[in-house]
Amino acid sequence: MKYLDEYRNPQLAQKLSKEIHKITTRPWVLMEICGGQTHAIVKFGIDELLPKNIELVHGPGCPVCVTPLELIDQALAVAARPDVIFCSFGDMLRVPGSKNDLFSVKAQGADVRIIYSPLDALALAKKNPDKQVVFFAVGFETTAPANAMAVYQAKQDGVKNFSILVSHVLVPPAMEAILSSSSNRVQGFLAAGHVCAIMGYREYEPLAPKYKVPIVVTGFEPLDILEGIYLCVKQLEEGRAQVENQYVRTVLPDGNKHARKIIEQVFCIVPRKWRGLGEIQHSGLGLQKEYQAFDAQTRFDLSGYKVEESGECISGEILVGLKKPHQCPAFGVRCTPEKPLGAPMVSSEGACAAYYRYRRSTSQAGF
Amino acid sequence: MTISQKEFALSCPLPIRNYPTVTLAHGGGGTLMHELIEKMFRAAFGSSDLDCAHDSTVFLPPADARLAFTTDSYVVSPVVFSGGDIGSLAVNGTVNDLAMAGAKPLYLSAGFILEEGLPMDLLWRIVLSMKAAADQAGVKIITGDTKVVDKGKADQIFINTAGVGTLLHQQNISPSSVAVGDQIIVSGDIGRHGMAIMAQRENLEFESNIESDCAPVADLVGQLLDAGLMLHCLRDLTRGGMASTLNEIAMAAKKGIQLVERLIPVREDVKGACELLGFDPLYVACEGRFVAFVPKECAQDALRVMRQHVLGASAAVIGEVVSPPTPCVTMESLIGVKRIVDMISGEQLPRIC
Repeated sequence: MKYLDEYRNPQLAQKLSKEIHKITTRPWVLMEICGGQTHAIVKFGIDELLPKNIELVHGPGCPVCVTPLELIDQALAVAARPDVIFCSFGDMLRVPGSKNDLFSVKAQGADVRIIYSPLDALALAKKNPDKQVVFFAVGFETTAPANAMAVYQAKQDGVKNFSILVSHVLVPPAMEAILSSSSNRVQGFLAAGHVCAIMGYREYEPLAPKYKVPIVVTGFEPLDILEGIYLCVKQLEEGRAQVENQYVRTVLPDGNKHARKIIEQVFCIVPRKWRGLGEIQHSGLGLQKEYQAFDAQTRFDLSGYKVEESGECISGEILVGLKKPHQCPAFGVRCTPEKPLGAPMVSSEGACAAYYRYRRSTSQAGF
Repeated sequence: MTISQKEFALSCPLPIRNYPTVTLAHGGGGTLMHELIEKMFRAAFGSSDLDCAHDSTVFLPPADARLAFTTDSYVVSPVVFSGGDIGSLAVNGTVNDLAMAGAKPLYLSAGFILEEGLPMDLLWRIVLSMKAAADQAGVKIITGDTKVVDKGKADQIFINTAGVGTLLHQQNISPSSVAVGDQIIVSGDIGRHGMAIMAQRENLEFESNIESDCAPVADLVGQLLDAGLMLHCLRDLTRGGMASTLNEIAMAAKKGIQLVERLIPVREDVKGACELLGFDPLYVACEGRFVAFVPKECAQDALRVMRQHVLGASAAVIGEVVSPPTPCVTMESLIGVKRIVDMISGEQLPRIC
């Protein structure tokens, strides 16, 4: 398949792997930001093509994983209301709140629907004027433009029965939180290609020199990731700390101006709590004043949801690269995709789920 | 098998047209039910074996034959999809289950649970489609049942079929026969049924129309047996797709399975649709595909026989049975690294981004 097969070419992958081996003289710890990259690394076994002294740690870029528990409880409460049609992207349905998940609420009779675009939720609202249609607006900068567009359109069309439960998060503040932590191990970043396709990479330019850390905007196919690693290691070995763009076929320096414009029009920057990481200043998006009427949190009065994370789940340490999933005592024992203790085991992009799915018994399998 | 409007208009049993939709009375045991059975089901499925309007159909199995017996229920939504409908699926699914024992399918039963308000046109289309699929598979529908439930208590129509087939060979086709060194052949490209349903259900428009692979494979299996080939195990790739099926066999056979990703046939449009939604074709359902475990020395002959059949044209050897310390399915990825192919937990969910 065009634009896919050429980025999965085994000979070219081996060639890049050799180049990385050639330039690596010291141990380095790199973090890929995006869960999609984590998934590809584990699925294709990209890390096994790397020198032993290059360690990949998996970043917080899985939107399902970082959505805080209380927000999921709020979603469950709204979804359970008989007057509500609750719409969500598919992989949020299995994420456990403090008691159950959206699948269970659906089984108890709630009208929960998987949709592919927030505009589909808006269309549902127009079709069902006697129902409140709520969309679970989760994600990073990548999903923000379409979600913003749905709210913008709802306002334009005067749709009164549509609202969104917002849990948007932003990448650069999370990177800065990781870098400024005293326990940080990350020496180089593979930035998330799709986020940069929207936002560009200007925001990262002050971070690279400030924290002396190379940041390489990277795509999602095996050759993208290997090339991203190559560029990152090369910078580290040469003592450089710059922003570079591996994903040139998709990412422009200033991103997608139209998408950014609609984000800025509908959303504003707010502090946001991350599951496993706690609250990070300026790390989320909330609705601008003139769009507050579309905020499900005020429409259904969802204040007063405060929940503590499971003490056993170490997702916080995993999401900042301090630990690997299999270093958690609960991994694969008390925490599995069927019965997850925390979100990284739920989403297909979560590091724990990826390890469980592709690596669980690699030692037993004779690898 | 699809039935055109013209064919329908020509053949729809007239008295039933007086009721444009199924009513509770059609399952009530009275004249309307009688009429539905006589004018629709018996009219479509009727054969000399079904002439006796009695509680059971009596038939003689071939002398000394080993029999295979199976049942399955079909609840697919939407009931009509690209490349088939719930009727053809209900026949092919059960025929294929029989074929996986190496059985020649003989007879099916058909139990219908109809939701009040089901358009009669749609029911007739499904019945004709069952008839066409049964004819194609060389199997007769000889007994049945109809129930009608209140609106909202079912999703249009559910069908249960049970099937009886006869084994014309002496092989033990089952996971217990799987041996180290066996070659694993898939009978064709995978993932088409699941993606056809998904596209239709969610109204997703792709550049090409992905048609379900729903088809009866009993004839193809029969040809493998007729060629005198040793078949250690056969399994159709339905729910959970190829990955789940191979995991089941690895566990039952207590053997390892080693696949090579680049050898697994997946059509370009299916691959594209899966990429778009974040699905893995290894976990997407098929309804006319199976895997065959054959001894190494038979593999090329089996492949040749399969490729000569219209339903096996894209058959391919995709891996082999190995003997690791624990039963496990592994795969050499496209870039040459080994990884686990796990059984799926729940169903695949479309990703956020």
